[in-house]
Amino acid sequence: MAYEITLTTSMAIMVLFALSLNFITGFCGQISLGHAAFMGVGAYTTAMMIKAGTPMLATLPVAGLLAGLLGFVVGLASLRVREDFLAITTMGVVFLFVGIVRQQDALGGAVGISGIPASSLGRVGFMVLCIVLAAGFAVFSTVIKRSWMGYVYESIADNEDVARVLGIDVARYKLFAFVIGTFGAGIAGGLYAQHFRYVGPGSFGFVESISVLAMVIVGGIGSVPGVVVAAAVLSVLPQWIQFVDNYKILVYSVLLFTMMRFAPDGFAGIVSRVWNRMERKL
Amino acid sequence: MVQITMVDHMLYFELFFQGIVQGSIYALIALGLTLVYGLLRILHVAHAALFTLGGYVGVLLTNATGNFPMAMLASMLLVGLVGMAVYKIVYEPLLGKPPFIALIASIALFIASEEVFRIIFGPYGQSYINPPLQGYFELPGGFFLKYAEALVIGLSVVMLTFLGWLSGNTRTGISWRATVKDPSMAQAFGVNIQKVRYMNFFVGSALAGAAGVLVALLNNLVEPSMGSVPSYKALAIIVLGGLGSVRGTLLAAMAIGIIESFGTIYLGQYLDRDALAFAFLIVVLMVRPQGLLGAK
Repeated sequence: MAYEITLTTSMAIMVLFALSLNFITGFCGQISLGHAAFMGVGAYTTAMMIKAGTPMLATLPVAGLLAGLLGFVVGLASLRVREDFLAITTMGVVFLFVGIVRQQDALGGAVGISGIPASSLGRVGFMVLCIVLAAGFAVFSTVIKRSWMGYVYESIADNEDVARVLGIDVARYKLFAFVIGTFGAGIAGGLYAQHFRYVGPGSFGFVESISVLAMVIVGGIGSVPGVVVAAAVLSVLPQWIQFVDNYKILVYSVLLFTMMRFAPDGFAGIVSRVWNRMERKL
Repeated sequence: MVQITMVDHMLYFELFFQGIVQGSIYALIALGLTLVYGLLRILHVAHAALFTLGGYVGVLLTNATGNFPMAMLASMLLVGLVGMAVYKIVYEPLLGKPPFIALIASIALFIASEEVFRIIFGPYGQSYINPPLQGYFELPGGFFLKYAEALVIGLSVVMLTFLGWLSGNTRTGISWRATVKDPSMAQAFGVNIQKVRYMNFFVGSALAGAAGVLVALLNNLVEPSMGSVPSYKALAIIVLGGLGSVRGTLLAAMAIGIIESFGTIYLGQYLDRDALAFAFLIVVLMVRPQGLLGAK
């Protein structure tokens, strides 16, 4: 049972992390190749604070706020550079984050911070907390998506210049998306630190940023249920295909490639196509 | 006191020179990437896998035949052809889709090929049995220039000059530039766009293959993960240069090479090599969002 609890907890954390990116990339249409940096900010914040004796629950808001603050700064950058330039700028952010952390002895340098004490909530309690937070963010995302704000974001993602002509304050909405998205990533990071009881610069790099982007795209960019399913499946997939051991990463990357090549609109796209076909038959 | 300044000058010269060598390698890799971007607006991450492939082909053929120049040419040819296949199989079907689809597909392909290299050739890499060009010139002032380093700079200059001549003075080059500028107009004037794209992938990939062989020579090592640093750094370089601008890419490649070379000595305790390159990138983009030589 312990294994299932651990697995479910990691799944919930990854779902929250992927949903937080979905807010920026899916809703607002701003591609980010560096989302793991914000998770890292949250994770280090929680790790340092727990080690200093703060209760875990009190560290989470701080983790989210610090990540959101950095997100605000990157959001400002997104007002200046666009599309592919923004993608590479966000990639720069994650390399800067890793580069800086690795040289800071106070943050454990290249070794990271280990020996974070276990949560007082117990394993099951912590799992429930993670699920509640992930579900909460999913509900929040859905509410935003269905509100008038959802339409505003749709128009920005579709064509920024047209949105501006329509009188939408594009800068303000973009910044909001970045702050909310990175706040969520910071919370996910805090949970990550508590769950694995270890944080290191290697856990929040470029590869992790790409994996989470893959979850959003495989789920179907912008679709809340799609992203939830994709994040849950993709986060445990490496364990499921454990039997191919030596070929694990190969299988994972080939699956990802096949998905992009043949069903680029993700799970959400597949489901809606199947649905349409069934409806037509009825 | 005089002694110390002498040593300092030597150090500057040496660092500058290392930067140029590294910059030449970056330029060879990034050029193919910028050609692809200019034509298709795709960030072709898997380009770095072709670089690794080039390195492996170069080392294995040199070891099998003992003929380094032949191995280099064969590697360029083979990698060029594989590059064309990548276009046909991967990118062509994705051209109408949003750009991040091709980006993720490209990243997946890159990771998959790293794994294939690892599985086929083993995780620890391969070296030249008899590494070619191991000697060095002794320059005035007690400064040494390895043959391999001289070859890197020399070959880069030759290849890039040839490419410049090709694009300015030949029919192929002119149709290539026309296609970059305005594909539908070029097509209306009878340019075979498909042919231009194949050509583009062949040339760009061949250059990456050459870079792979040269890096293998500099380090006397090829390993499955040798493409991971170039994969993202070359992206940074083409963005820094202004996406699709060939001159901008060359300038950015040299700038990053030199900055890394000096930065690791003087700023090494604050930032590692990769972070330095990206710090520079971010600063430049905030001042000039279109990159060094990009069109607004």
